[in-house]
Amino acid sequence: MAKNTLSSRFRGVDIDEYDENKFVDEQDEAAEQQGPDACEVDDLIRQGDMMAAFHIALRNPPINSKNPAVKERAQAVVLRVLTAFKSSDIELAVKSLDRNRVDLLMKYIYRGFEKPSDNSSAILLQWHEKAFAVGGLGSIVRVLTARKSV
Amino acid sequence: MSLYSFGLEPLSCHAWNKDRTQIAISPNSNVVHIYQKQGKEWTKIHELTEHSGRITGIDWAPESNRIVTCASDRNAYVWTLKDGVWKPTLVLVRINRAATCVKWSPLENKFALGSGAKLISVCYFEKENDWWLSKHIKKPINSTVLSLDWHPNNILLAAGSADLHCRIFSTYIKDIEDKPGPTPWGSKMPFGEVLLEYKECGGWVHSVCFSPSGDALAWVSHNSAISVANATQGKEVTQLTTGHLPLLSMLYVSETEIVAAGHDCCPYQFSYKGPGCLEFVKKVDIPKQSSKGNMSAMQHFRNLDKKATTEEEETGLGSLHQNSITQLCILEGPKAKVEKFSSVGLDGAMVVWDFKLIKDFRIS
Repeated sequence: MAKNTLSSRFRGVDIDEYDENKFVDEQDEAAEQQGPDACEVDDLIRQGDMMAAFHIALRNPPINSKNPAVKERAQAVVLRVLTAFKSSDIELAVKSLDRNRVDLLMKYIYRGFEKPSDNSSAILLQWHEKAFAVGGLGSIVRVLTARKSV
Repeated sequence: MSLYSFGLEPLSCHAWNKDRTQIAISPNSNVVHIYQKQGKEWTKIHELTEHSGRITGIDWAPESNRIVTCASDRNAYVWTLKDGVWKPTLVLVRINRAATCVKWSPLENKFALGSGAKLISVCYFEKENDWWLSKHIKKPINSTVLSLDWHPNNILLAAGSADLHCRIFSTYIKDIEDKPGPTPWGSKMPFGEVLLEYKECGGWVHSVCFSPSGDALAWVSHNSAISVANATQGKEVTQLTTGHLPLLSMLYVSETEIVAAGHDCCPYQFSYKGPGCLEFVKKVDIPKQSSKGNMSAMQHFRNLDKKATTEEEETGLGSLHQNSITQLCILEGPKAKVEKFSSVGLDGAMVVWDFKLIKDFRIS
């Protein structure tokens, strides 16, 4: 058939919304999380203190926030820091993180993979390699199973 | 360690009889096979064929010698051995979705059944009418119940479910048992009472297990983490995230040591000494000794022709199991000092792990 003779408007209906047994996550009353402080991070990058910028960028992740703008902002800040790093310093930076921060870094890395831009994927892949060496498969599994992510 | 292969089909579940001479397994089908140990071999002696759906749980009560099976056909049967034949009795569990797991209580007077119907069916035998009755625990479960474990007091039941929660319920049934005494988990225990509800599990809770004393509850979840809740410390929960693939089954082998296994195809040992002190101890496996035999020149060229390399490539995993481990079971020893445990996996193999052999072996 060259032409679609039947209406396919029904394909736009999200049937899960009408399912009475649909599983809903519990709503958390979370404090407003603003994400990392972009100005502070920018200052530190300009001064050349990458490690400090890195640690600040990984603070205050907007995990509970339902505001996509906040999440985009946080992702942009983190990506800026990750790009500013020299390849040789990546391993040291990752080693300075504790378990939970490595998981958080992995979440940002995979979020960065979702929207590739210019050279971002190559840099993210370098970070991914180092983070994987520390976090293992478990850290990647936690990116996939997290109900509330960055 | 001994490995026995029951065929190519994955083993969904297994259960041992009291003296460990017989094993009941299900090869991912609607049939339960019972094998008898004869020397080093296992020979099939019974086939339990009553279910129409894939068997999801088997439990063998050691003292009363009854087997309970549950399947995706929404049924559960209790089997009793009469004149050398296993006779099934249907249990009215009244669920409208598949059953996922089943466990006899420590005193074997009741059993708990988890299901996809978002409820737990606690079943007990009513002598007057000569049949099995069931009581449901529904609130506040929001999704499939994936795993169950009984507390030693025969009343408390831990349940891990797909709604990312781990809970402890009371299954006190007035008609068949006495009122339970207070425990560190709580003292008011009417049927269905929730004594613990932990919601930050991070993923589907694949397996739950009470410690031998019942004062601690451990579980493994799909976010590659293992957690322990300690009743004596205000029900405080300690979670350890691992760098491994998710674990599917776990056992307490002493009051502080835990063994868990899953998609990494080998058991891991963990140790819990108190709140905040949950740590990984070691991998419980014997790495394969690669046999570098002398190859003839003919072999060399044959390999080169076939595989474009002369190296002996190991295509198998370095662990005993070649696929995910689905269930662990205590084999020998009381719960407080397990000496041997068994594991079955998707590779169709059953491995017996002996702690005596593990301790002596030096992991390089």
